[in-house]
Amino acid sequence: MHPAPSVIFFTTFSGLGFGLLFFLGLGFPGVTGWTAFAFFAIAYLMAVGGLMASTFHLGRPERAIKAFTQWRSSWLSREAWCAVGALVLMGLYGLGLVFFDARWTVLGLLGALFSMATVFTTSMIYTQLKTIPRWNMKLTPVKFLSLSLAGGALLAGQVSIALVLLVIAGLVQLYTWVEGDKALNASGTNMATATGLGNIGHVRAFEPPHTGTNYLLKEFVHVIGRKHSQKLRVIALGLMTIAPIILLALPFSHVLGVLAILSHIAGVLTARWLFFAEAEHVVGLYYGKR
Amino acid sequence: MTTLPAKTDKKLGLVIDLDTCVGCHACVISCKGWNTENYGAPLSDQNAYGADNSGTFLNRVHSYEVQPPGDAAAQLIHFPKSCLHCEDAPCVTVCPTGASYKRVEDGIVLVNESNCIGCGLCAWACPYGARELDQAEGVMKKCTLCVDRIYNENLPEEDRQPACVRTCPAGARHFGDLGDENSDVSKLVAERGGMDLMPEQGTKPVNKYLPPRPKDEMPEFDVLAPFLEPVAEEPKGFLGWLDKTLEKL
Amino acid sequence: MNQPVIDLSPKVSDEVRKTTCYMCACRCGINVHMKDGKVAYIEGNKDHPVNRGVLCAKGSAGIMQVNAPSRLRKPLKRVGERGSGEFEEIEWDEALQIAADWLEPVRQSNPEKLAFFTGRDQSQSFTSFWAQNFGTPNYAAHGGFCSVNMAAAGIYTMGGAFWEFGQPDWDHTKLFMLFGVAEDHDSNPIKMGIGKIKARGARVIGVNPIRTGYNAVADDWVGITPGTDGLFILAMIHCLMKAGKIDLHYLAQYTNAPVLVINNPGGADHGLLMRDENGKELVIDRATGKLTPFDQPGVKPDLAATYEKDGQTHRPVFHQMAEMYLDEQYTPENVADRCGIPAKRIRAIAAELARVAFEEAFTLDHEWTDFRGEKHAQMIGRPVSFHSMRGISAHANGFQTCRALHTLQILLGTVEVPGGFRFKPPYPKPATAHPKPHVGLTPGAPLNGPHLGFTHGPEDLALKEDGTPARIDKAFTWENPMSSHGLMHMVISNAYAGDPYKIDVLFMYMANMSWNSTMNTRGVIDMLTDKDENGDYVIPKIIYSDAYSSEMVAYSDLILPDTTYLERHDCISLLDRPICEADAAADAIRWPVIEPDRDVKGFQSMLCELGAKLNLPGFVKEDGSQKYADYGDYIVNHERRPGIGPLAGFRGENGDQAGRGAVNPKQLDQYIANGGFFVEHIPAGSNYYKPWNMAYQDWAVNIGIYDKPTPYLFSLYVEPLRKFQLAAEGHGDRQPPDHLRARIKDTMSPLPIWYSSEEDNHAADYPVTALTQRPMAMYHSWGSQNAWLRQLHGHNPLYVPTRLMRENNLSDGDWAKVTSPHGEITVPVLEMAALNDNTIWTWNAIGKRKGAWALEENAPEATRGFLLNHLIHELLPPKGDGLRWANSDPITGQAAWFDLKVRIEKAAAPAESQPGFAPIKSPVGQGPKDLTWKVGT
Repeated sequence: MHPAPSVIFFTTFSGLGFGLLFFLGLGFPGVTGWTAFAFFAIAYLMAVGGLMASTFHLGRPERAIKAFTQWRSSWLSREAWCAVGALVLMGLYGLGLVFFDARWTVLGLLGALFSMATVFTTSMIYTQLKTIPRWNMKLTPVKFLSLSLAGGALLAGQVSIALVLLVIAGLVQLYTWVEGDKALNASGTNMATATGLGNIGHVRAFEPPHTGTNYLLKEFVHVIGRKHSQKLRVIALGLMTIAPIILLALPFSHVLGVLAILSHIAGVLTARWLFFAEAEHVVGLYYGKR
Repeated sequence: MTTLPAKTDKKLGLVIDLDTCVGCHACVISCKGWNTENYGAPLSDQNAYGADNSGTFLNRVHSYEVQPPGDAAAQLIHFPKSCLHCEDAPCVTVCPTGASYKRVEDGIVLVNESNCIGCGLCAWACPYGARELDQAEGVMKKCTLCVDRIYNENLPEEDRQPACVRTCPAGARHFGDLGDENSDVSKLVAERGGMDLMPEQGTKPVNKYLPPRPKDEMPEFDVLAPFLEPVAEEPKGFLGWLDKTLEKL
Repeated sequence: MNQPVIDLSPKVSDEVRKTTCYMCACRCGINVHMKDGKVAYIEGNKDHPVNRGVLCAKGSAGIMQVNAPSRLRKPLKRVGERGSGEFEEIEWDEALQIAADWLEPVRQSNPEKLAFFTGRDQSQSFTSFWAQNFGTPNYAAHGGFCSVNMAAAGIYTMGGAFWEFGQPDWDHTKLFMLFGVAEDHDSNPIKMGIGKIKARGARVIGVNPIRTGYNAVADDWVGITPGTDGLFILAMIHCLMKAGKIDLHYLAQYTNAPVLVINNPGGADHGLLMRDENGKELVIDRATGKLTPFDQPGVKPDLAATYEKDGQTHRPVFHQMAEMYLDEQYTPENVADRCGIPAKRIRAIAAELARVAFEEAFTLDHEWTDFRGEKHAQMIGRPVSFHSMRGISAHANGFQTCRALHTLQILLGTVEVPGGFRFKPPYPKPATAHPKPHVGLTPGAPLNGPHLGFTHGPEDLALKEDGTPARIDKAFTWENPMSSHGLMHMVISNAYAGDPYKIDVLFMYMANMSWNSTMNTRGVIDMLTDKDENGDYVIPKIIYSDAYSSEMVAYSDLILPDTTYLERHDCISLLDRPICEADAAADAIRWPVIEPDRDVKGFQSMLCELGAKLNLPGFVKEDGSQKYADYGDYIVNHERRPGIGPLAGFRGENGDQAGRGAVNPKQLDQYIANGGFFVEHIPAGSNYYKPWNMAYQDWAVNIGIYDKPTPYLFSLYVEPLRKFQLAAEGHGDRQPPDHLRARIKDTMSPLPIWYSSEEDNHAADYPVTALTQRPMAMYHSWGSQNAWLRQLHGHNPLYVPTRLMRENNLSDGDWAKVTSPHGEITVPVLEMAALNDNTIWTWNAIGKRKGAWALEENAPEATRGFLLNHLIHELLPPKGDGLRWANSDPITGQAAWFDLKVRIEKAAAPAESQPGFAPIKSPVGQGPKDLTWKVGT
């Protein structure tokens, strides 16, 4: 898949933003007033910024509102509802914390629930795609959720929870790679089933339908960066989990905390780049590519 | 409507004969021509006269080399591919706006372009590469099975078929109702062992592909030898045979 | 469900204008859908005899040809050096005046100083008429490097050829055998035919080193070694004759197999056919045992009997064939290695041909009467049919190879019979019914007859009194005595060398000679730009007409811009190369379905004007004024013979006569009303056995194809070839130069033979054959300026067989250096398994020069695309004798570009395909970036 910056930013920052909102909704940290405002501002900047970024990959962003209509069947539509729900609920909840010094707990819990539902629905957009076996597994939502929670805890300054969650998220990520590498072969989809010609013999792509590129090749067949994937995986895991864990394990300082967050974000961005770049869409088989 | 209809009245689709397709791309360009001028936005082209030129096409012809086991000659198969109008079309259910839908009356999968936000998710969901996002219009384009031809009362009856079928010089493309087991296309599929592409994806494609007939299977010479039994070994003997045979004529 | 309401019956167009496609040589009928006066959509015409509604990729992409940014817009005068692309736009008056000022003195002093050659010309009967009126002997179209072996071998042997001139009986054939790479000509009809027989489950055998296209769908593929098809065919002939699986009745009745050959060793008539005092071939009548003219009523020609006279035994042609082809050299075992086909497979295919031809023979209940007056109650069908592509003909042995194939089908009795191969009118037409070449020139006056034709012996050669070639291309000379289409590929090379003489004006139409329509591209560019000691160009003046900014434009001095095919009149005429079917005579027109939006003129209309300006007799009225206002006017009003004009349909004052009739001023309107074409069906019972079927002969006379019935025998033995051999043996007044004697004796066998040209092409050092073919989506259309088609084929890899990939350590995407005795190229490679393992190939004419065709300079056509032409020379590698030996068939002069031998090795990837060429300045600028083409709202 084409690792489009818009979707990488979207999934990374909305994951972090809603992760932070989740913890805020649960009352961690139990801030109010301007401190609360700062936490909420960061969360909203990330969540809304991520959502805004996602509109950059739309061909017709001015019609984005129509995406709310198909919640009965479409995960993207559900995501839109959940995101709006989470933002509205948490907005009201935040309003109470910042301006009225009031903690409307039920609102917070609901907001937290919707925040995680948003991350879950986002993950389901990818998970549902049988066409991309690397994504089409139960681990995908686990990964999105564990990362969102770990990032949220980190941003929320919940060091001890963050340490546990970072370890979990790292392990889930690792396991996802291991399973993901087997996914296309395990899916049973290959050039033989794609063409139906497998019973004659070994199928090999000959002339492509066009000598230049097209939307499909640009969007679904991204082979260029993959040769660096092992290196990038190490970097991603290092930045995303190991470095923050080390930084958090050190005697606490705000500088180290910020560094841990920045490292984590850089790691998630790298992992997310890999999430797209490594994903093989089965349509590539028609071009003899994966 | 993003949810799929439980049942469609007809299952209109194509049957593509891989034994006959010579890979001429006639269907590709005919489709480009019709759909540039008709249904929805034109199929645009980028860098039309430059490097990295590309454009929106709704039908493309691949080709594959297949190497049978042993020392048999490799085969080359031309492989046209467009939307298969799946019964269980994943491109429809993922659509967040309802722009993608499957028609109840004939099963054609269409995009209502005025509702399309160009998120591309339907193309992600399609295993066949049947959908292309038009770069100029920002909306998803796909085969309409020429829905604006097949019922078009401004066209003569005989022309009410998809442009690709009408133009195919080798007659390798057939159009009809695959839901009706008595239709010509259904009979063809039954006779020739029509197959689904990527059946494991569970999309239940309506379009079927007729596999190539076995190739390079001319009987061994031993079987055919009686047809070449020599009448004589030497030219002289041949002329003798000639004289005798002419006598009989 | 809440579905959107869509308009299922949108208006398709305001109007449909029916004309004829020109994206290739098929000439399909097209429906041009118009919206707001613009072309909105093009589809095939269902009523049209050629394509029955189908249309190929090129045809459907016509709209992108009509709006192509590469269209020339106005006459151009060169202002920079040749090749620079520097031009200034001028008015037509000035352009035509320049042309006239150059041509008039040539015409008045020495008309041979004009070489007028047309490339993809579909109006040869008109352009040759113009050239004839001008008086130059130097006219031809591009057949010499395209198809002459195919056409000449067919016409000399059986009075008709493959491609557009004949077709298998698709409705009855059960085994279709297709030879040769480059499956282009007659493309839609062949696709339709293959589709038809595939639907019936009939068998297709493809003989072709490359398994693409039709060979990909062939049930059996024979990946033959290029250039050995003739040998393979002769081996099958060997098997079939030895087994007696030949149609003796057919051979005796309809071919010259029973005709006696004079046996007079050393005599001037040795090997000629025995004839009576009226020139009729003689046979022994089996009924009487007597010597009899072949065409007498009731005669049963004897294939076996000999004739004794003056102590000599004269034997029939068939005896010689038996002697020749039963020889051991043609056993499958002896040819297998050379052809790359196992002997058993050769035998199996021969056996299959025999089985289907004789075991599956059938009859049609059509009574018919042959030319001897014999009535037949039925027509015997032999459901085996053959067809062939350029692959077998573009070799130095191509003429004899094509002859061998015709001999095979004649031996099986499958030509002009149900289930076999059949001619399309105006064929069948024997070689003797065609004109002979004419070169009699008189300054200021027309030539003494048509330029091109068929030679029947040394007396017909186009030689000057001193024995030197009369034509600039040396057609019809000892170097290639039967070069019926001329040799366009030699014109520039010969004019540059002054061999046989220098010319003053080179006038070309639709011929991309400085790029893909030439061998030795670099050399030709140099010849076009080289100057003499006075600083003048060696080829002094070049006029060029084309609709598009092709590579040739930059190398011309005066550009006369042509229209696109939808903006012009044309006629696809029975005088020329019509659109007939085996069951019908048909012709067609093009007409301006849109008006040009540029200052351009249809080439033929322009010639009407220029012809009048030059006072050419055929182009001025008695008062000296212009005779034909434009080409449309010519099409309607010109008469070749009284009552016979360019168009056969809607003749006579009322427009109700077919074939013959007075000029009808409303003829074009009637064609347009009829869908742009005219068709006259051959009555059932007349549509088989046509060369001998009196009902057909009479019908053909009626419609104006013949002036009198012209039945004839198929020439298994081509006597004119023997006449040239006799000259080479020293007989007769006209004698070949000594250095050509041996070659003429060796190659011009009156019965088909096979010989190798590998040695001439240094195969020992260059062991791999390199071939080209056009992709179906671009064949004949130079489609690279077409925004849609160039997405399909924007660059071309070199396809390399698995064996050579492994041996050279190549993988897909690597680059390889390919070297021939003449040059080298460095190009990207791709592996292909379904390919003869000693053959490489690529798609032809995808590679473009930077700056041409209004493409951006970094277009893939110019950076990754390439031409194989750089490796091919119009001459063979020097033999050390100081002579220029053409890289052509020694009989017809057909360019032997499939004889190309190369070496291949891995190379470091260069930045671009090599050789690279400097960009030329585009005289039309460049195209728009993006296209969203929709004319309706």
